[in-house]
Amino acid sequence: MTAATRATTGASTSERPREVGRSYAAYHRPWWFRTFVSAEFLIIALLVLVWLIATTSVDNFSGPLTVRYLLMDIAPLMMIALPMTLVIITGQIDLSVASTMGLSSVLVGILHVQVGLSIPVAGLLAILVGVLCGVFNGFLVAYVKLPSLAVTIGTLALYRGIAVGLLGTTALTDFDQGWSDLATSSIGESRIPAIMIPVVILILAFAVLLHFTPFGRGLYDIGHNEQAAWFSGVNVARSQMTTFILTGSVSAAAGIFYTLRFGNSRGDNATGLELEVIAAVLLGGVLIFGGRGAIHGVLAGALLIGVLSSALRLEGVTVNVINIIIGLLLVVSVLAPTLVAGVQRLRSRLGGSSSAPGGSPPTTEPSEASSPAPRNSGPQNSTPHEKAPRATTH
Amino acid sequence: MSITAHKRSIPALAVFAVGALALTSCGGDNGDGGGDSEASSEELSITFLPKNLGNPYFETSNAGGEEAVEEFGGTYSEVGPQEATPDGQVEYINTAAQQGENALVLSANDPSAICGALNEARDVDVAVVTFDSDTDAECRDLFVNQATAEGIASAQVELVAEQIDGEGEIAILSASANATNQNLWIELMEEELAADYPDIEVVDTVYGDDDDQRSFDQTAALLQTHSDLDAIVSPTTVGIAAAARYISDSDYAGEVAVTGLGTPNQMREYVEDGTVEAFALWNPEDLGYLAAFAARAVASGDIAGDEGDTFEAGRLGEYTVGADGEVVLGDPFVFDSENIGDFDF
Repeated sequence: MTAATRATTGASTSERPREVGRSYAAYHRPWWFRTFVSAEFLIIALLVLVWLIATTSVDNFSGPLTVRYLLMDIAPLMMIALPMTLVIITGQIDLSVASTMGLSSVLVGILHVQVGLSIPVAGLLAILVGVLCGVFNGFLVAYVKLPSLAVTIGTLALYRGIAVGLLGTTALTDFDQGWSDLATSSIGESRIPAIMIPVVILILAFAVLLHFTPFGRGLYDIGHNEQAAWFSGVNVARSQMTTFILTGSVSAAAGIFYTLRFGNSRGDNATGLELEVIAAVLLGGVLIFGGRGAIHGVLAGALLIGVLSSALRLEGVTVNVINIIIGLLLVVSVLAPTLVAGVQRLRSRLGGSSSAPGGSPPTTEPSEASSPAPRNSGPQNSTPHEKAPRATTH
Repeated sequence: MSITAHKRSIPALAVFAVGALALTSCGGDNGDGGGDSEASSEELSITFLPKNLGNPYFETSNAGGEEAVEEFGGTYSEVGPQEATPDGQVEYINTAAQQGENALVLSANDPSAICGALNEARDVDVAVVTFDSDTDAECRDLFVNQATAEGIASAQVELVAEQIDGEGEIAILSASANATNQNLWIELMEEELAADYPDIEVVDTVYGDDDDQRSFDQTAALLQTHSDLDAIVSPTTVGIAAAARYISDSDYAGEVAVTGLGTPNQMREYVEDGTVEAFALWNPEDLGYLAAFAARAVASGDIAGDEGDTFEAGRLGEYTVGADGEVVLGDPFVFDSENIGDFDF
């Protein structure tokens, strides 16, 4: 063990298995603290709070149609937020999801209404095109190593341009009634729309993928430090390519649902949805720089946006004010880590250095290099080591 | 890099969300939902849903609707999407159904795409009355038409034929590509031109989506693509205003005629500077007024929307429902330099 480890475990030698004197940075807080005092749980608590306030004070929120419309409105958002979480955890971003959705909507429209293919076949081809869109993004980001922000802004315009170019501003609205009804139907007699079945399957699949597979662990490693992840044996390029393929294909699937639900296929369908998806993901506690996040937080973030929009709309608030509120919420949630870090740095500077290893301030890179320095053998050793236990906390 | 917990942001975000919801309980003064009124004929809640917000034509018709609703003692609210798209409208139709509004008065962006949502609203006893732009007849209870479609098409054809002396190239600058009303009028106009004015050729039809900037850009594109254009016909008030604005500042003023459907207030300066000779419309305020009374008649159960039903429409008198649930307001009116000073809408 290195001097760094000795210092943080607080034991003089590593052979003495004294349980009292030894603590691990990742587990120094009790389990309930680690679970419930986290960004994800904060958002879940906020969601419950907002829901309760809406149910009691907003007219008609507890009506039979609310849950149905809310879930149908949120379904594409929830679907796309799942692979977007994976992308953001690796430290990249994908702004082209809404354009892929629009392109898939146009393709379903053209293939079904104009060419005459059935909905399943048209849908499958649209998903295939979504995969290709993802491959293009992934190739440029993972293999050519271009910044994903630039690449996906470009593909946002490219895919949207293709979609609008194929159809102009005409909308195709002549869809097979059976499939349109299926898209808007409910499960049995309940208020839950049928689209939630595929959505729940996707949620489970992504939760397992992110939290219980080596691939998922690799994503967190890439988000923390790409070089270190590569040296640890994670196939960085292939993982990143996979995340982009997932966003492409899920966006295409969401586009199919959107088209059938609204009964119209237009080139400009779902314009601006990528910002809502990213808002949901960031509200859910996923760090924009990568390396931190969980699926349950993202779900809560998406539902929070849905409930707030639904409640405010029922109160007659215009869509602009709703956007302002969600925007402010998003800004606060993105600033929160930086503010917290700043406040704690201020506290530690004013109140002296903290003693417990895990009590070292949650920091961004610059302060990480400086604060553990006095306790460790050198700044170089501390930075990767400090990161590693934290990785397992999340 | 990683950051452990956002623990201290708990109070911040909780306060924020409570604040956001507190806004809902004290806010909402831009048209409240008012969803708990029963369908007594005095307290009907009527929601107006135009094609899009920020459109001066619909602002006028909404004002007429508000006047009517206040006259018969109901509650009025207006909602609408920013862009004239059918899926934008579906959201508001859903909200009206959730709120249990008594009636929804809308101008449709697509004849069939919003049908599913409209029928769901009718299932929960929301009366659906379309005005200005219709949907398929099976999705709504009544349609209040400003004039017969043939009358509107004829008026525009006659205006343009007169202004270019019966021959030349014309282009059409329409609203959105799926708008029921514009598409019907364009179809009838083309039929009439083919029958009565064989020397007039329609070289292009472009769509400005009822967006001022887009209509402006489309006008510029038309003039660049078709150098021999003699007239632009725009059967939408946003389009004609944008086209007139472009042409009055360009070299084409006086060379390319602009006509179609416009509001007097928007077109006054272009009529006065000679860019536009004459254009047609009806009174959108009366249209909104009539639509509100029609909605009240259906919502309070006075009429079922069948042919031959009659209902009272305040200061406009009594109206009879025609075939397919259509109510016609009157005839289109031609505005020119002589009478444009008499109107304010």
